[in-house]
Amino acid sequence: MSHATHALEHHTATGLDNRKVAIWTFIGSECLFFASLISTYLVYKGRDTSGPTPDEILQIPLVTFGTALLLFSSLFVVLALNGAQRGNRKAMLGWLAATIICGLFFIGMQVYEFQHFMHEGLKLQTNLFGATFYTLTGFHGTHVTIGVIWLITVFITALRGKLPPEKALNLEMAALYWHFVDVVWIVIFPVVYLMK
Amino acid sequence: MATSAVSHSAAHGAIHVEKTGLWSWITTVDHKKIGILYGATAFTFFLIGGLEALLLRIQLGTAENTFLTPEAYNQLFTMHGTTMIFLAVMPLSAMFFNYLIPLMIGARDVAFPRLNAFSYWVFLFGGLFLNASFLFNAAPNAGWFGYANLTSKQYSPGLNIDFWVLGLQILGISSLAAAVNFFTTIINMRAKGMKLMRMPIFVWMSFITQVLLLLAFPVITVALILLTFDRVFGTHFYVPAGGGDPLLWQHLFWIFGHPEVYILILPAFGIVSEILPVFSRKPLFGYAAMVFSGIFIAFLGFGVWSHHMFATGMGPIADTVFSLSTMLIAIPTGVKIFNWIGTVAGGSLQMRTPMYFALGFIAMFIIGGLSGVMHASPPADLQQTDTYFVVAHFHYVMFGGSIFALTAGAYYWWPKMFGRMLNEGLGKAHFWLMLIGFNLTFFPMHFVGLHGMPRRVYTYPDGLGFELMNQIETAGSLLLGSSFLIFIYNVIRTSRRPADAPADPWNGATLEWALPSPPQEFNFAVEPEVHSRDPLWETKRERGGTLPEPARVSSAGIHLPNPSYWPLIAALSVLAFFVALLMFAHTGPWPMVAAGVMLFFSVCKWAFEPAG
Amino acid sequence: MTEHAGRIANHAPEAHGLDAHAADHPGPGLYLKIGIILFVLTAVEVLLYEATHRGWLGEWMHTFFVPVLLILSAAKFALVAMYYMHLKQDSKLFSGLFVFPLIIAAVIIVALIALFIYHYAFERTLA
Repeated sequence: MSHATHALEHHTATGLDNRKVAIWTFIGSECLFFASLISTYLVYKGRDTSGPTPDEILQIPLVTFGTALLLFSSLFVVLALNGAQRGNRKAMLGWLAATIICGLFFIGMQVYEFQHFMHEGLKLQTNLFGATFYTLTGFHGTHVTIGVIWLITVFITALRGKLPPEKALNLEMAALYWHFVDVVWIVIFPVVYLMK
Repeated sequence: MATSAVSHSAAHGAIHVEKTGLWSWITTVDHKKIGILYGATAFTFFLIGGLEALLLRIQLGTAENTFLTPEAYNQLFTMHGTTMIFLAVMPLSAMFFNYLIPLMIGARDVAFPRLNAFSYWVFLFGGLFLNASFLFNAAPNAGWFGYANLTSKQYSPGLNIDFWVLGLQILGISSLAAAVNFFTTIINMRAKGMKLMRMPIFVWMSFITQVLLLLAFPVITVALILLTFDRVFGTHFYVPAGGGDPLLWQHLFWIFGHPEVYILILPAFGIVSEILPVFSRKPLFGYAAMVFSGIFIAFLGFGVWSHHMFATGMGPIADTVFSLSTMLIAIPTGVKIFNWIGTVAGGSLQMRTPMYFALGFIAMFIIGGLSGVMHASPPADLQQTDTYFVVAHFHYVMFGGSIFALTAGAYYWWPKMFGRMLNEGLGKAHFWLMLIGFNLTFFPMHFVGLHGMPRRVYTYPDGLGFELMNQIETAGSLLLGSSFLIFIYNVIRTSRRPADAPADPWNGATLEWALPSPPQEFNFAVEPEVHSRDPLWETKRERGGTLPEPARVSSAGIHLPNPSYWPLIAALSVLAFFVALLMFAHTGPWPMVAAGVMLFFSVCKWAFEPAG
Repeated sequence: MTEHAGRIANHAPEAHGLDAHAADHPGPGLYLKIGIILFVLTAVEVLLYEATHRGWLGEWMHTFFVPVLLILSAAKFALVAMYYMHLKQDSKLFSGLFVFPLIIAAVIIVALIALFIYHYAFERTLA
């Protein structure tokens, strides 16, 4: 989360900022969250006797586009961070806006996908594929949403001129979270969509 | 820490008058106050859990007893387990993490003081949420391990399991936030010269515990989410009729559950490893081995979980793999026990109350460990599982282990926290009554279990030969319960005496004993510099044996984090969200959305207020 | 245990870190290159998928498909982690904080898959 001036910027035993250690620690923990969801997906894969199957219903082109969006958004946010660290306000704001837009489009794609699937007869309760698919991609989407909200608050902070290079860590934390969300999708995309 | 440097920096200015009063506790971000909050709350829940146990024991004291209905029995044993694990032992450990870690590493507070307060409040609300279920006669009733598909909507249609699932999720948030906090604190806020291999062993064990929390809790979070989806949305993750498998629950639960038991015991190992050296007047034997065995236990602890599932038919390969890994994990544990004995052997033993409990811990934990190793053999376990033999095992390690150690820690650090020494005579009485009561309660369970008495059942038939043992167990439990009355009496009596305990009543080795009892809000006036594993012993040696009583000094020029009520409000939002989720079927999603907005708002306020 | 006069030293890690890092931080050019590589790897994944399922590369591709796919994903994962998340330039502590949980995660995923394969296989022989 964005912070006000951290008056207690102490020398630390490792020389690393507490907040950066904290965000990486949290990311490490989140690996286990997604590992459990991915395990559940894989353990139940192919076990359905009724309802739509992945083969029948997954649309590769749309999701590939979404995957590309997410990958580029990682590029954009790292360019935004670069701008923030060098005091280049235009670059920071511009690339950050681009990141947010990509994130919003990704969410939009997922919402469309979910609606389409439900129309085609795949609901959460329909079968194991429905349950595991919606849960895994839905929680990923929730993380994307939280990431977008976080990035928007950082954007607003930056717009107000409250993100000088000394405070670039605030953006870096949001960016690390965002990259993590991207990296999880890098695993989900092949596992769910390409491995049938 | 001599007075010279202290008076140098604190020459002028009044002594900082620390706030008291309810508002100061509600807005506190001071790790010491938060530690005391954890301790008081956890001890209250411990007494509640104990009461639940006594009711169970009364029911089991007679064959075919009708003191409790089966439903009441199920609720009580479920809540007893859930309470003792999540609301008693873990937060009692958290009390020590909170109070001691910054002091032991020479820091002024934890890395994120407001997050620390948030963790406490969320814990309190989680505990209240779980216990509120009693008001609706819907306390969780499917065991603390909630096996599927007993927990499905079909077989548990009431609110009981919903209270359990959501309560645990709330508590999980508390633990995860605290784990991030303490992990960062230990990595980043050690004083100058305190390399990792110079940290007090309690800090090491706590550090490893935080790693376990960070890696294990997400797994149970997912397991509970899947169960919630089954119950609320009609999915079939654990429901066979829809293609699901109850075994998935068991796997996910125990992938969390086994590291969880190490979370419960490692802080106890740390406490005992601090107390034994001080009361033997000898450094800890084999410090490095203690550290590495702790790391090994944590790592391997993720590879043994299916030893809880030997009776589920996993097949010979899985059984063998998990049996071997379980036997392997006994080795680092054994290393620790030998090192404790090595610490005590040849020492100048100071037989005071903390030492009694610490020695009691070693003996009781060995017994619990032995029955644990017996479980590691799948064929043996096939007879032991689901019997009182297992109940005996885990009570020996959880009570004989964790509770004895936490009690030792309480007596040991009481003067530091409250400025008063607990009465020795009463402490020893507490110990003997607790030791005798404990063994009377749980030792017979080994026999009655091997004779076939099943656990988790509200009664047993007449004529199977279980009666005598159960009567002894019940009598023992009453003795055990009354030992805590002695403790409570000791606490009350002590609180009426003046707070005049010295800084270092036990001749301690670690930094907290260099500060006044209790320490001032800012802990250290000047950041200490450390050159050895036992910094205070080293300093005392340099200065001819003892140190003068440290003075209380002005806090002029010392920045402290501001108190804040946003952590409390954020915690309330979390509670509101889960209450809304509990009521989802009746009220729809909008209360949840409202709670989410409240959470977002309070977190933003928290993030943007000046930190200190 | 020696004392320091004064309180805990004030330090502005971000400004300091910025100076120290500006020299060895990759610039926008490198980020863009990595971005293109990521895009290309994704395209390869999708093409491989199409190729396998339409038999363009022959039947044997089916056995290799999943391992190759996992390798491609792992490469993308590593690129984002090392360059975008700056693990390559930053303190090794951060790499440790990420890699250790990943190892535990991998062990759990593999163990669960293995356990359930056996579980399901055993189930069939009873029927």
